[in-house]
Amino acid sequence: MVYCQSDKEKLHPVSYELISKASEFHGMEVVALVLGNSEDAEVLFNYGADRVILVENVGSYNLEVYTDVICKIVKKESPEIFLLGATQLGRELAPRIAARLNTGLTADCTNLEVNDGLIYMTRPAFGGNLMATIICEKHRPQMVTVRPNVFEKRENKKLGKVEKVKIDYKESRIKIEEVIEKGLKETDITKAEIIVSGGRGVGSKEGFEKLKEFANLIGGVVAGSRVAVENGWIEKEKQVGQTGKTVRPKIYFAIGISGTIQHLAGIHENSFIIAINKDKNAPIIKMANLAIISDWGPVIDRLIKRKIEKEKASVLK
Amino acid sequence: MKVIVFAKQVPDTSEVKIDKEKGTLIRDNVSSIMNPEDKNALEVALRLKEQLGAKVIVITMGPPSAEEILRESYAMGADMCYLITDPLFAGADTLVTSKILAKAARLIGFDLILTGRQAIDGDTAQVGVELAEHLGIPSIAYVIDISINEKRVFVKRELDEKIEILSTELPCLITCSKEINIPRYMSLSGIFSCYSKKIVVLDNKVFGFKKEEVGLLGSPTKVKKTFTKIVNKKCEIVETDLNEGIEKIEEILSSIGGM
Ligand SMILES: Cc1cc2nc3c(=O)[nH]c(=O)nc-3n(C[C@H](O)[C@H](O)[C@H](O)COP(=O)(O)OP(=O)(O)OC[C@H]3O[C@@H](n4cnc5c(N)ncnc54)[C@H](O)[C@@H]3O)c2cc1C
Ligand SMILES: Cc1cc2nc3c(=O)[nH]c(=O)nc-3n(C[C@H](O)[C@H](O)[C@H](O)COP(=O)(O)OP(=O)(O)OC[C@H]3O[C@@H](n4cnc5c(N)ncnc54)[C@H](O)[C@@H]3O)c2cc1C
Repeated sequence: MVYCQSDKEKLHPVSYELISKASEFHGMEVVALVLGNSEDAEVLFNYGADRVILVENVGSYNLEVYTDVICKIVKKESPEIFLLGATQLGRELAPRIAARLNTGLTADCTNLEVNDGLIYMTRPAFGGNLMATIICEKHRPQMVTVRPNVFEKRENKKLGKVEKVKIDYKESRIKIEEVIEKGLKETDITKAEIIVSGGRGVGSKEGFEKLKEFANLIGGVVAGSRVAVENGWIEKEKQVGQTGKTVRPKIYFAIGISGTIQHLAGIHENSFIIAINKDKNAPIIKMANLAIISDWGPVIDRLIKRKIEKEKASVLK
Repeated sequence: MKVIVFAKQVPDTSEVKIDKEKGTLIRDNVSSIMNPEDKNALEVALRLKEQLGAKVIVITMGPPSAEEILRESYAMGADMCYLITDPLFAGADTLVTSKILAKAARLIGFDLILTGRQAIDGDTAQVGVELAEHLGIPSIAYVIDISINEKRVFVKRELDEKIEILSTELPCLITCSKEINIPRYMSLSGIFSCYSKKIVVLDNKVFGFKKEEVGLLGSPTKVKKTFTKIVNKKCEIVETDLNEGIEKIEEILSSIGGM
């Protein structure tokens, strides 16, 4: 079973990724569970769901209501495996459910393999310094959270009809007093194809303005290391790494970033990494596909200048 | 008002070294610290002590050496500290850890429980929320601001796309993010007196768990193996000729339509 998180009536991308992954497990029925009002629940059939259960009579996320409803369905369906997205809300919800069901929960997995009904769950720990493979032999369901962007969304068309159900639940003791939307989510780094990421070596907020200019020119978005976030050069939600986001762009520019294990933990292994760094011995150089050993400023300046010139030339043509 | 802070002793992961052959951690010479966000939780409690006269209780579970973070808690201003330690408890996963901590909370009594958002070694962010479920009290995670009004707790928390103001009743459990405050330093007089303060040790005689209920034995999840990521990417390094580097970048970008 996969809990498919839905925000404002749209499924979170991790839902499709988890359904795709679950449909690779041999001999298992894939049941998608959606709560609230989701217009696109039906689409889950296209990615490998055998069944889609939609609980209609709940509003948007409330920890207590969602725990209650999900536990009731899990008890009824008794799945062997239960996957949830390791989004912020998913990481709050999953432990509450696991404790109520008295079962194990493995957090933030980056690899899953099923063998004889047992799921081998691999996750980073100790700030990404160590990988651990974990099993949950006796307790059911075997619960797992997985970060967005770890698995690929793959089409695998099945046919079916959404099962709409209503579930009774206890009133929540948690009251939502106010929600302040953070305005336009102009740039979600988890969805970008090109990321221009900066670290301590970029040196200043002005430096990041330059990265932004470059990113805009090439259709990319700006991100940063934790040091860049802590220095206030870039927003927290643009942090890449163990305690930030996992990203999966085609190209990842690591500019003035040393490439510590905690930072690299957030970059998918298929991304093409271009490092620009003064230090030939920085760890990022070993992880990059292309490394330019230089002060970053002149490199970016020239890339910007040449791109603008090219655009001018093509307008003149 | 009685406030319990749960704090964990962790290796300083910025210093952790790896045995690449065995795929295990080398813990020798790595300093142990109080988990950073647990210090934020303790700071919240100490401010409640100043504002409302709350009694601040700090509890940790770990090996006997975890006493160090309790001394540090005393030096910061905690009123009472407990060390849960028993060889039977070793190797507990988050479910079992949270069960033991829940029992301790019940024995000691509380109006409010504070934990860190996440420990930097296990990195799961599960223990706080699971603990609240065992106690049957509401929990709110990732809190960056908190105030208490009569019997209600008001909190602010920051998610990626929005900021939420939530409220709930006491007793409840709050997990604190590092943005919530800047923890104070130990006071000088606190450092002098912290070693003379009493640390209450709780072992399984107090809890009375069966041995198959706790520790590695009672834990549903087990670490089957640990290893380090092997990386062998082939990197093309451009060192001297900047033009060459720039052309390479442009080539790659144009291959996916960015240049
Ligand atoms: C539990 C834990 C979780 C963490 N989570 C994260 C996380 O999610 N994300 C994250 O990023 N970090 C995380 N960190 C922090 C991480 O360990 C590093 O401290 C951080 O990633 C370093 O950032 P940096 O590469 O920008 O800075 P540094 O490591 O200081 O590197 C700066 C680099 O810039 C280069 N440089 C300097 N000047 C120039 C110049 N003019 N031109 C070109 N290059 C230059 C230097 O050679 C150096 O390689 C975490 C740490 C811990 C302990
Ligand atoms: C490599 C590795 C991977 C692991 N993966 C998992 C896993 O996926 N699932 C799982 O269930 N277990 C796992 N464990 C076991 C887990 O690390 C331990 O149960 C650990 O004691 C608690 O989890 P945590 O460090 O993730 O704490 P978190 O849940 O991140 O801690 C949150 C908060 O709970 C409080 N807290 C946590 N532990 C204590 C304590 N001992 N004393 C007082 N307060 C405490 C603190 O306030 C802390 O800030 C793993 C262990 C290892 C070595």
